[in-house]
Amino acid sequence: MVAEKPSKKLFSVTLRVWRQAGPAAAGKFVEYPAANVNPDMSFLELIDVVNDGLTVKGDEPIAFAHDCREGICGTCSCTINGKPHGPGHGIATCQLYMRSFQEGDVITVEPFRAKAFPIQRDLVTDRAAFDKIQQAGGFISVRTGAAPDANAIPVPKEDADLAMDAASCIGCGACVAACKNASAMLFVAAKVSQFGLLPQGQPERDRRVLAMVQTMDEAGFGNCTNQYECSAVCPKNITHDFIARLNRDYVAALFRTRFQPVSNAGGGGG
Amino acid sequence: MNLLASLFQSSIGKKLLMAFTGLVLFGFVTGHLVGNLQIFLPPEKINAYGLLLESLGGALWLIRLFLLACVVIHIWIAIQLTIENRAARPTGYGVDHTSRATLASRVMARTGIVVLAFLVFHLAHFTIRIGHPEWSEHSYRLASGTAVRDVYTMVVQGFSNVGVSIFYIIAVGLLSYHLSHGIVSMVQSLGLKNERWTRGLEGFAVIYCWGYFLLNAAIPLAILGWLPVLSGLIHR
Amino acid sequence: MAKLESKIPAGPLADKWQRHKTEIKLVNPANKRKYEIIVVGAGLAGASAAATLAELGYKVKNFVFHDSPRRAHSIAAQGGINAAKNYQNDGDSVHRLYYDTLKGGDYRAREANVHRLAEVSVNIIDQCAAQGVPFAREYGGLLANRSFGGAQVSRTFYARGQTGQQLLLGAYSALSRMIGQGGVEMHNNAEMLDLVVVDGHAKGIIVRDLITGKIERHSADAVILATGGYGNVFNLSTYARQSNATAIWRAYKRGACLANPCYTQIHPTCIPVSGDYQSKLTLMSESLRNDGRIWVPKKKEDAKKNPADIAEGDRDYYLERIYPSFGNLAPRDVSSRAAMRMCDEGRGVGESGLGVYLDFADAIKRLGEPAVRERYGNLFDIYHEITAENAYKTPMRIFPAVHYTMGGLWVDYNLMSNIPGLFVLGEANFSDHGANRLGASALMQGLADGYFVIPYTIGDYLAGQKPGSRPAPDRAEFTQAEQNVTGLTKRLLDNKGKQPVSHFHKRLGKIMWDHCGMARTKAGLEAALQKIPALREEFWANVLVPGSADTLNQSLEQAGRVADYMELGELMCRDALTREESCGGHFREEYQYPDGECKRDDEKFGHVAAWEYQGEGQTPLRNAEPLNYEFTKMSVRSYK
Repeated sequence: MVAEKPSKKLFSVTLRVWRQAGPAAAGKFVEYPAANVNPDMSFLELIDVVNDGLTVKGDEPIAFAHDCREGICGTCSCTINGKPHGPGHGIATCQLYMRSFQEGDVITVEPFRAKAFPIQRDLVTDRAAFDKIQQAGGFISVRTGAAPDANAIPVPKEDADLAMDAASCIGCGACVAACKNASAMLFVAAKVSQFGLLPQGQPERDRRVLAMVQTMDEAGFGNCTNQYECSAVCPKNITHDFIARLNRDYVAALFRTRFQPVSNAGGGGG
Repeated sequence: MNLLASLFQSSIGKKLLMAFTGLVLFGFVTGHLVGNLQIFLPPEKINAYGLLLESLGGALWLIRLFLLACVVIHIWIAIQLTIENRAARPTGYGVDHTSRATLASRVMARTGIVVLAFLVFHLAHFTIRIGHPEWSEHSYRLASGTAVRDVYTMVVQGFSNVGVSIFYIIAVGLLSYHLSHGIVSMVQSLGLKNERWTRGLEGFAVIYCWGYFLLNAAIPLAILGWLPVLSGLIHR
Repeated sequence: MAKLESKIPAGPLADKWQRHKTEIKLVNPANKRKYEIIVVGAGLAGASAAATLAELGYKVKNFVFHDSPRRAHSIAAQGGINAAKNYQNDGDSVHRLYYDTLKGGDYRAREANVHRLAEVSVNIIDQCAAQGVPFAREYGGLLANRSFGGAQVSRTFYARGQTGQQLLLGAYSALSRMIGQGGVEMHNNAEMLDLVVVDGHAKGIIVRDLITGKIERHSADAVILATGGYGNVFNLSTYARQSNATAIWRAYKRGACLANPCYTQIHPTCIPVSGDYQSKLTLMSESLRNDGRIWVPKKKEDAKKNPADIAEGDRDYYLERIYPSFGNLAPRDVSSRAAMRMCDEGRGVGESGLGVYLDFADAIKRLGEPAVRERYGNLFDIYHEITAENAYKTPMRIFPAVHYTMGGLWVDYNLMSNIPGLFVLGEANFSDHGANRLGASALMQGLADGYFVIPYTIGDYLAGQKPGSRPAPDRAEFTQAEQNVTGLTKRLLDNKGKQPVSHFHKRLGKIMWDHCGMARTKAGLEAALQKIPALREEFWANVLVPGSADTLNQSLEQAGRVADYMELGELMCRDALTREESCGGHFREEYQYPDGECKRDDEKFGHVAAWEYQGEGQTPLRNAEPLNYEFTKMSVRSYK
């Protein structure tokens, strides 16, 4: 039995990085050679090393977003060679290792690009639009302490599993970055579906989907044209079938709220 | 927001309208093809079919208006979507990468424009008969004795022009290509697609689009005498 | 000398919390909106606290250094959350959960706090399920449980391997709701850099907007810190890269006592370091030890060989050898220390020599590869992703890593520090885990503090504060604190040394790991207490922080955090040196039983050590809060 040992041959690459001093500044690509790259290094560790080199030389290091470095916090957000989170499948940028590259590669590193995600500096973008969408309806209104016993609300295992699939979204924004139209449909679909699949989420189901879609539209995202670039780059492999589900939920909510009798309590309607 | 505003202004509403109007137009072009295939039958058939349509009278006009509305909405929303989608990413990527979006899905606007241009030409050509006032004069006597407009001869004469035929073939080709994304896409937009039957749906779309293209293309090709068996079915 | 009153209510253990809730002061609903509360951090503890306090009607300002409150490192917790629901009918109870947690903590936590934690654990599950957290379910639709280390019952609730993520997103959704309703004013990208104390009470904070560099003052009636642990002192840990100790450290320097800083949990099964560029260690679930066999070569010379080339007779299955009854399932701390000893002997494997094999060859032979894949497939995938090695064919390499700190700011039963008005929740406080935390208990504590403790106990403090009496942010204390912050920033930027921040962080991490890691000695700690001040001096002489103060400047952020670690690390060593016993996550080689178990000294050290800052360059004061065990007997922790 031959053990699979990684080749530890060090190699060189060139990073072609988008540098932009601030939100209003003009940006441009700058090339940084990186030698002695260890294939076991993570891509972000390579940026760490390049940054230390820049610092010592008296240059400003590349600003980039990162935190947990294990693919769950959703902070890291580079577009690498045109693909959000780089060449891997089902991983975030922080889970990309240099063994995915070869000697002499020129690696283009850009921020996630969308009008709704303005660039703050270099590779760092502002994804607050996602928070706004969540604030519009991405919750179940249950005051702390007001909850019934957890087993008082049975949830079919299939629904719970599917809700978990949707809930695994890390809010990184790669779906938006990958979409040819910078649409946030996969993100919104995942959130709406998580709650919509659970019995706890039913009372606010219509209100939620209408409010979240409206907020999404106001944030300046593009429209879904069913090309599924989003799910292709999703680090959690969330399926675009949730988008179909969102479409259905939305139209149902639209008609349901519209043709409901109007309550004397006011409100009602869509 | 009221219902209409939601449909016309929200992103998902627009998708729904695209899908719905797309579905109507898909039905129309399918029916249109079936009607046209009567060209391979004796002239009696297609001319009787023409009479049947004309006998609908006001209803025909309602159908025409409805179809026109669908076309207008489909195009109007497509324009809006395109503008919004471009605005949603003001600065493009330095490296262009596509993971799985099909070429057909990426050129919908362009194929759509050619199809639109063809539609205008096609209506002018056969429905309004610009440049061919004589087609309005030709008449055909059905077996029942009724004299009707000779659609058969009009089609045969129309496609005897090589340029017209080539334009027609290109246009139906692009329409097929447009539909290859559109059919699957409208099912997704209407919220009816999932992994369980995506493959089947995609398979249907491929078969349909090839079928649509080949059957449509067969008409001018046969009329031009370029198809071995089918050309023999054309009555001159 | 700080006054450390634990304020534990009187009465029987099981009644304390109920009684306390009925006896503490309340703020009337109309007055609640007149109080402003600052919450720093939006992990499980911070987000749940901010949301709940806003629901009650308080005006809440929530600050996170992340770009969104959804990113805190609570999100990375995998295994699950404990709760004494007894849904499995296997005899679980609040008392059992209390006892397991207390014992797991090696009897170094307060009985009353731990009991309360066990009591509210059941409410947490209800709350989270109602929020739409997609917990694992059985086919009947009811909640599923799994068992976890240190317990004989199945009481752990989970959402795949992403329980922390799902609970955090639940709290985040509650927080989002309150932000949307205007109850919480959210400040993203805002790092707290100082605490403002006015007339002895915590009344505000100074934050830096990480995007614009702007320094802002925020005043409030009370300040809550929920800023997590300080394991990144070690540089390499399973913590997120940005997790830091700055908020608690600056509060410490304003007079809040820091309790038991030496209690550090080291997890035995992490993926080893692959090179000096390494930024982060990744945890592999401990469950792997159920089927994997741990070994190193018998001979040093074999350490660099391909494991397949090392004959069976040349392998040392050292856990099975040294601990025949427990074998590969020896407790976390014991197996971590054993691995380190093997590496110290030069028998560690992998390029760095800091690793041991976790071999599944026997399990695959016994169960077949598909069965192993079914049990551990996702872990093997993670391993492959990081190391490019196929653990079905060649043994995994593992090594221990820092992943939780039990120590933190001292708090009383109300979760208030010794600075009135300053509350500390979650991993940032020291309260519930004693000297060692059990698996699936971190999530429980964070949410208990935020959802079910602070909303009650903060009222007891606020009721004594006149509504509208919070100081204006132009007071001298705010000015002084702001100057403190800008002074430090300027000092860092003007330093113009030769080495980047990471250089010093790595060196500090090495000192901490070598001397204040899994096994500590008097000599080692004394050496560290020489080395750290010297390194700190070098840091201030030679650190190079590029850029300016008025833009997004990640080097500056990191420099401030590392400057704090340089001081905190020293305090950890000092605490470890003065605690002359071994307990839980604090292992002094001088104090152990022959089998390598911790030898506690309840007589001399059955107390909390709460360190009090005495000023720059001064040795801090060690206060002791005795742990009076009234209900449970402190016994030797044994899992045999």
